[in-house]
Amino acid sequence: MTFFLVSSVIKIIVVFTVIMVGVALLTLAERRICAWMQDRLGPNRVGPQGLLQPAADGLKNLLKEETLPAQADKVLFLLAPAMSFVPALLTFAVIPFATPLPTPWGDVEMVVANLPVGFLYILAFGSLGVYGIVLAGWASNNKYSLLGGLRASAQMISYEIAMGMSTVAVLLLAGNVRLSEVVARQAQSIWFVFPLSLAYFLFIVAAFAETNRLPFDLPEAEGELIAGYHTEYSAMKFSMFYIAEYSNMVTASALMTTLFFGGWDIPFTHWDNTPPWSPLKTVLTLGMFSLKVIGFLFVYIWVRWTLPRFRYDQLMALGWKVMLPLALAYVTVIATAIWILHEQLGWTYGTRFALALFGLNVLLAIPLFFVLDRGRIVAGSVAEERA
Amino acid sequence: MAIGIKVMKRPGGQASYLRATLKGMALTFSHLWRPKVTMQYPEEKSSKDWTLSPRWRGTHRMLTDEQGRAKCVACGLCPQICPANCIKLVPGEDEHGNRYPLIYEIDEFRCVFCGYCQEVCPEEAIHVGVHYENAEYSRDRFVYDLERLCAQTHPVSTLWDPSDPKGE
Repeated sequence: MTFFLVSSVIKIIVVFTVIMVGVALLTLAERRICAWMQDRLGPNRVGPQGLLQPAADGLKNLLKEETLPAQADKVLFLLAPAMSFVPALLTFAVIPFATPLPTPWGDVEMVVANLPVGFLYILAFGSLGVYGIVLAGWASNNKYSLLGGLRASAQMISYEIAMGMSTVAVLLLAGNVRLSEVVARQAQSIWFVFPLSLAYFLFIVAAFAETNRLPFDLPEAEGELIAGYHTEYSAMKFSMFYIAEYSNMVTASALMTTLFFGGWDIPFTHWDNTPPWSPLKTVLTLGMFSLKVIGFLFVYIWVRWTLPRFRYDQLMALGWKVMLPLALAYVTVIATAIWILHEQLGWTYGTRFALALFGLNVLLAIPLFFVLDRGRIVAGSVAEERA
Repeated sequence: MAIGIKVMKRPGGQASYLRATLKGMALTFSHLWRPKVTMQYPEEKSSKDWTLSPRWRGTHRMLTDEQGRAKCVACGLCPQICPANCIKLVPGEDEHGNRYPLIYEIDEFRCVFCGYCQEVCPEEAIHVGVHYENAEYSRDRFVYDLERLCAQTHPVSTLWDPSDPKGE
């Protein structure tokens, strides 16, 4: 019991620190990568290659004046940044990030809390994040903030459904919602991104919407809502929303890694996922996991600086008229396929099983990309239907 | 639909979001590796793509003769032509009857940098300079006196020549 408590506390502190430092560096990465994409250099003055820029930003935000709008609901206004900050960090707790670490007192699982309901926990806390944004918009007593908050709630609720649906397929294949089991199943043979490519595609789109990143950053929408829900926030409270957004990105990337890209699994080898555990294996798998997460974070930044923002009706149309039916249909097809392969043919999950499903995905992708995408996905604006 | 709202006909059949997205991402990715246009200012003040024009009209400079005296003969043309009225000139005369400025001050805050003073000067004494780094800690430091105008070392403007408009 003592061992469990001590190891948990150490893991919490380490994971918290790593995420906070990672988030700080991520803000720098975002600014530098966007600069490179625009043929600029980006912040490179503070420290070597601008590495101390996040520290300078943090210092600035700590020292800036805190403002409180006269008409704001004080309690909720102060509570809202924390409400969006806490769930963003909590979700990371159930994600396994390396193989167990052997110590003289026993193996330490490299996950803060290996919950049996891991994935459901993530969905639950992921939806809590919207409260911070809605409360911020409401408590600011500012019509633009309120609009931002409303948009956030509508958007997150709409895309949560598609997100949940797209992951049902993963759970069907893994047969478990405990994330360490999901990783173990993928480590044994093939990553789920191959048998469930389209689910991954739906998931990544929904994840972008869930984390309020472009092309789905309607709650902020500088141009129309002057930064939306956090217009009235200053100094560290404003910073907290940013930390929350970036932690959400980290968690979403970690989730994509875990559900579709084999978590900490090193591809093409099996020595890394079989006992006996060693510190070397822990370090290597941790490195692999970080590499994958960083890759997804890069995709986040990459997409943000490529795509313009959706219009609000396009966002809703995409969520409800495209993503949700697609996810539902996909789950039906995949469930049927798994039932046929597993129950009728008696196959178990392995290379053959995964390749059969991959073929099915390719077949399904053809109508998706060559029929549905011919102006039918987002061009369905109100104006066109009346015309 | 309300009256008078223009409805855009959007292309349906050939429009695509996914392929357009991928194309756009390929473009932004290729830009990651391209040469950057940023000039790192304090270290790098001009590059092959950009230098300050020789016609730039910045803060003034008074040219001096071989003995280090200002070339100015206090004729009074520059305060006369100055549209911003920023030049203060008090003429003096020595025992040989040579005129020289007792006081020559230019208020760089009032100056509009038209360059008329340089154009009108018969002795080619006062010039506008090819120079732009003028920060000071107090406002009164922006009234340049004669000593300071003579001490400037930056290049002087060539101004625009109507007979040679492209500077050839």
